[in-house]
Amino acid sequence: MRRLFIPLLFAVCTARADQVQVAVAANFTAPAKLLAAAFAKDSGHKAQLSFGGTGKFYAQIRNGAPFEVLLAADDTTPARLEAEGAAVAGSRYTYAIGRLALWSAQPGYVDDQGTVLARGGFKHLAIANPKLAPYGAAAIEALTSLKLLDAVQGRFVQGENIAQTHQFVASGNAELGFVALSQVTQDGRLAAGSAWIVPARLHQAIRQDAVLLARGRGKPAAEAWLKYLKGNTAQAIIKSFGYEI
Amino acid sequence: MSIAAQFKLAWPGFSLDVDLDLPGRGVTALFGQSGCGKTTLLRCIAGLERGAGRLAINGETWQDAGVFLPTHRRPLGYVFQDARLFAHLDVGRNLDYGRRRAASVNSRGDAAIIELLGLGLLLERLPERLSGGEQQRVAIARALLSAPRLLLLDEPLAALDHARKQEILPYLERLRDELDIPVIYVSHAADEVARLADHLVVMEGGRVAAQGPLAETLARIDLPIRLGEDAGAVFAATVVERDAEWHLARVEFDGGELWVRDSGVAVGRQVRVRILARDVSLANSRHDDVSIMNLLPATVLAHAAEDHPSAILVQLRVGGTKLLARLTRRSAQRLDLAPGREVWVQIKAVALIG
Amino acid sequence: MPSLPNLTADLGAVWLTFRLATVTTALLLLIGTPIAWWLARTRSWWKGPVGAVVALPIVLPPTVIGFYLLLLMGPDGAVGRFTVWAGIGLLPFTFWGLVVASVFYSMPFVVQPIQNAFEAIGERPLEAAATLRAAPLDAFFSVALPLAKPGFLTATILGFAHTVGEFGVVLMIGGNIPDQTRVVSVQIYDHVEALEYAQAHWLAGGMVAFSFLVLLALYTLTGRKAR
Repeated sequence: MRRLFIPLLFAVCTARADQVQVAVAANFTAPAKLLAAAFAKDSGHKAQLSFGGTGKFYAQIRNGAPFEVLLAADDTTPARLEAEGAAVAGSRYTYAIGRLALWSAQPGYVDDQGTVLARGGFKHLAIANPKLAPYGAAAIEALTSLKLLDAVQGRFVQGENIAQTHQFVASGNAELGFVALSQVTQDGRLAAGSAWIVPARLHQAIRQDAVLLARGRGKPAAEAWLKYLKGNTAQAIIKSFGYEI
Repeated sequence: MSIAAQFKLAWPGFSLDVDLDLPGRGVTALFGQSGCGKTTLLRCIAGLERGAGRLAINGETWQDAGVFLPTHRRPLGYVFQDARLFAHLDVGRNLDYGRRRAASVNSRGDAAIIELLGLGLLLERLPERLSGGEQQRVAIARALLSAPRLLLLDEPLAALDHARKQEILPYLERLRDELDIPVIYVSHAADEVARLADHLVVMEGGRVAAQGPLAETLARIDLPIRLGEDAGAVFAATVVERDAEWHLARVEFDGGELWVRDSGVAVGRQVRVRILARDVSLANSRHDDVSIMNLLPATVLAHAAEDHPSAILVQLRVGGTKLLARLTRRSAQRLDLAPGREVWVQIKAVALIG
Repeated sequence: MPSLPNLTADLGAVWLTFRLATVTTALLLLIGTPIAWWLARTRSWWKGPVGAVVALPIVLPPTVIGFYLLLLMGPDGAVGRFTVWAGIGLLPFTFWGLVVASVFYSMPFVVQPIQNAFEAIGERPLEAAATLRAAPLDAFFSVALPLAKPGFLTATILGFAHTVGEFGVVLMIGGNIPDQTRVVSVQIYDHVEALEYAQAHWLAGGMVAFSFLVLLALYTLTGRKAR
């Protein structure tokens, strides 16, 4: 037991030196993986990614989770962490602006004007829980702007996060739903089904902020990762998933 | 009036193959070592095991080619070795269980059966608060109250200690004397069989080794299984005199008379007498100068080897009754005990068994 | 103090959870009893596979169950096609969808105690009943069921409690619809995610107290039986 344990411990310690622990918002899963691969190639550092809901990450970070960088799904959580001293002041910036898409797994179901919303004829409209997910809140804002909220509210099914919302629609259980454009975009194109990219003016910008957490303070790999996300290579990758910067 | 039972059944390491014609009245004992198939045969009769064959009880077919009455449609009573009372029901409700489901009303009357087995004071008890003997009495009453046309008893005393056995045996004797349905009684205890059975089936290795009326079958010496210490003769006798001074009773049987310990049985009553082979010795002439009271003239019929090479089993005829005697081989030779020889039997102990 | 509308939502979730657990437990006793009976007595080759399927929810993560149920009950799934054909419509995002999922999810917690009870009873009392003219169904109701009562008690309590505690499956197929699919565990999750810790506390604390009381009752009752 001990013979196995000591080299393992040693390996963990040495790896720590050029490694960064990143908490990544679920909607940013796919681009983050590509970014980590490119980061490793270009810098030699390793980004260790954890994916999940931003709210859960907040609770975990406040309770001593070993994350060094947070890529949040919103801009309020990083600001709050900074105000509470759990993040390094001044390290916060917007790494991506999310776009909302009304999406269906069936080709041709959603037209490019989104009139399907007004037309009705669907049983379930999936959205992310607006209390928890910025994309859910944005969806509610968009529906309010379109004056359709009251009409469709009774047909909501809520995912606890944007990934689950996508699953409801992808499995066909909900005919359509508001998802992150990044979830249905591959190489700059719609990967499957039909979608309407909700105009940015219909809702507040979904600013996704990154922040250096207290545990990442002075760690070269963490600072390098935050810097890398602002570079050209990284921005190209992020944009290819339908985010704006 | 008879029971025709014919069963074949094969399991890994065991097979049953019997063809029996049993009397439709009285107690038939299925007797043999454990593993001889007697319980399996009983379960076949009850329909609890599905052996191929035929079963007819006093003219009613319960099983034949293409016919198999499931257990619950066979009007029988079954008493298991482990009473198997329903733990969630008190004694009264256990008794009611079969009675409520019986197709016919009990001819004897429910109260009489409860009385016969002495259960009047136990009716509200739960089975877990009964002694082993009491449980078995309840099980017997429960079986009888279901108005059976055949009563099957699977070693009902085997799980009980000696004292409990003595407590139940009188009840079983009363049953034997008062029931008008056939009873099949499985046992490996020779004393129970001698006391209760009218007819005996000896089983060995899943086959019938011998069968016939009890006295005749017990007195046979050509059986492949040996009873050892339990070998002996059983026959009927009548009490003819009670001697108050010596506390002895004189009984008369087909072959003479015997003095036995007076156990309070009234003059004129029929009793069953058991004489173990080990309690019988032989002499070429009558000796009145010994302590033994019971001396009878007899004729040697046959003899057979015993398990131990020193011993020999001798079959004798006393009037119309057969007796067995166990001697050493040396004594037998010294007395020159060839078949047909006239001898005196000296009987050391006689047991009145009900 | 939580504001009034949220308290109403919480109470709605509590009531919904209670209804879901009650309906699920009742259905499970009806469906699980014959399965347990069969498993306890069969010598069939199928005993292994059927027993394994019943036990699956014990080892599978609830999200796996939820994910497959979502696909199975969806418009392209076998169950979904059947329910649409039968005129019931699709089950995900409905109360009855949660019932179906919970029945599957809590099945082992009901079947196994009953199966154990039936196995402990064994053949003997049933043979005795048969010799007393009880047909098999009669013997089942008059002997096997009453003797298995402690097993049924355990099964009822565990089935109910396990359904109350269900989360991953509901999350996958519920859709968080008030009074339809928003059960207590989901409501707690929402409160925690939304950083509404005060409300999370009274629901989560209530759940801890409820679970403790249920298990206490279970151990007290079965302990008394064992004595």
